[in-house]
Amino acid sequence: MSGWVSLSGVTVRRRGRTILGPLDATLNGGGLTILMGPNGAGKTTLLRVLHGLERVNTGDVHWTDPKDADGRSQGFVFQTPVLMRRSVLDCIAYPLLLDGVSRTQAREQARAHAAEVGLTVNLDQAVTFLSGGEKQKMALARALMRRPRILFLDEPCANLDGRSVKEIEEILHRIKAGGTRILMSTHDMGQARRLADDVLFLHAGKLVEQSNGDDFFRSPRTAEAKAYLKGEILL
Amino acid sequence: MNSIGEGLWQAARLVVTLDPDLVEITALSLRVSLGATLVASCIGLPLGAWLAVNRFPARRFVIAILNALMGLPPVVVGLIVYVLFSRSGPLGVLGLLFTPTAMVIAQVIIITPIIASVAHQAIRDLWADYHDLLISLQATRLQRIKTLLWDGRRALMTASLAGFGRAIGEVGAIMIVGGNIDHATRVLTTAIALETGKGEFDMALALGFVLIGLAILVNLGLHFISRTERGARW
Repeated sequence: MSGWVSLSGVTVRRRGRTILGPLDATLNGGGLTILMGPNGAGKTTLLRVLHGLERVNTGDVHWTDPKDADGRSQGFVFQTPVLMRRSVLDCIAYPLLLDGVSRTQAREQARAHAAEVGLTVNLDQAVTFLSGGEKQKMALARALMRRPRILFLDEPCANLDGRSVKEIEEILHRIKAGGTRILMSTHDMGQARRLADDVLFLHAGKLVEQSNGDDFFRSPRTAEAKAYLKGEILL
Repeated sequence: MNSIGEGLWQAARLVVTLDPDLVEITALSLRVSLGATLVASCIGLPLGAWLAVNRFPARRFVIAILNALMGLPPVVVGLIVYVLFSRSGPLGVLGLLFTPTAMVIAQVIIITPIIASVAHQAIRDLWADYHDLLISLQATRLQRIKTLLWDGRRALMTASLAGFGRAIGEVGAIMIVGGNIDHATRVLTTAIALETGKGEFDMALALGFVLIGLAILVNLGLHFISRTERGARW
């Protein structure tokens, strides 16, 4: 099966422990793919491997379109937003400054992106003064500055209230509609049901199940996925 | 107590009357110490940042040496610079001994490890926060260092001020390489040492108070210029 990225025999070991793999998978969904699984399943590691933040010990990651492999055509939103010691506007504008865009132009575009994600606060204030939801919107706006073809999100709604979660989900729908592929990890079953076009279910560093979102929630095939969806604790 | 009171009174009198000798040695003190701080900052700040973001085999050893050099005995530094720049020394041809330039060189050697070490600590913490983001955004090595230096500028200013504090109060090295020559290399600290040696404690204390006031003024001035207390703005 041909997809936009394939992993073959990927293994990540740290301090003598295998934290991911061996993993073989092909991602072919064009919309929003959700990574699910209990803590320690390898969701974050898989996102980091795909984005090039984590080196693999064995195996290969093959991108069908070489443009997708370029880190500059990918965006990454971390579970805890990285807050630069700058104003909100300068934080958002930062990726364009790295690309050599003038500060005035970068800030202008950053203002537009802030509006796009519904960030309506004073953009000249220090980023540390934002609420949790606003910080995550800032991180999203920053990740979108280079108009990424692929967006990775590592539990972006962890620790956010319902209203902020709803706002972030609406933004993700808009990003997806704009043609950006999204790969997102979450623990929130409700959110996964609302958003998933496809699901990758990981357990103990291995891919246990991969299917269409509706199929996964309606009729999971594996015992682990069934147990997880029932709310049982997977060891 | 009497001497301290007298010293304060004399310090006020010297400052108010803009005593020409005081103005001269204060200006030289500032010139030497600010010059040394500027040069040491140009070396120490990028060095600290570079050590924070780069991994190489002898890194821990270099950091340990840098930290150890923070405690460099000024007298020994003065002696080494003296030997280097003395007429028979390898750099004697430059004719820098007993000049303010030699005093700046000695102070640069003393304060560069302090500035680099404090900068390294500050940038290391910032690098831990920024690491994933900068790698994710594919910032080049130079862009990473520039970003860390800019975003860490408040902490780096503290590093430079720590260096300035050490330089302005330093006496051992500059006494040896400067020679405490009147109207040439006399600065506040060497003048204090001289007045103390002469038993002129009131004058020595007066100069001491001027020195403390000067250090506070420079610190306040830099904090004001860099607007460190701007509330909700960076």
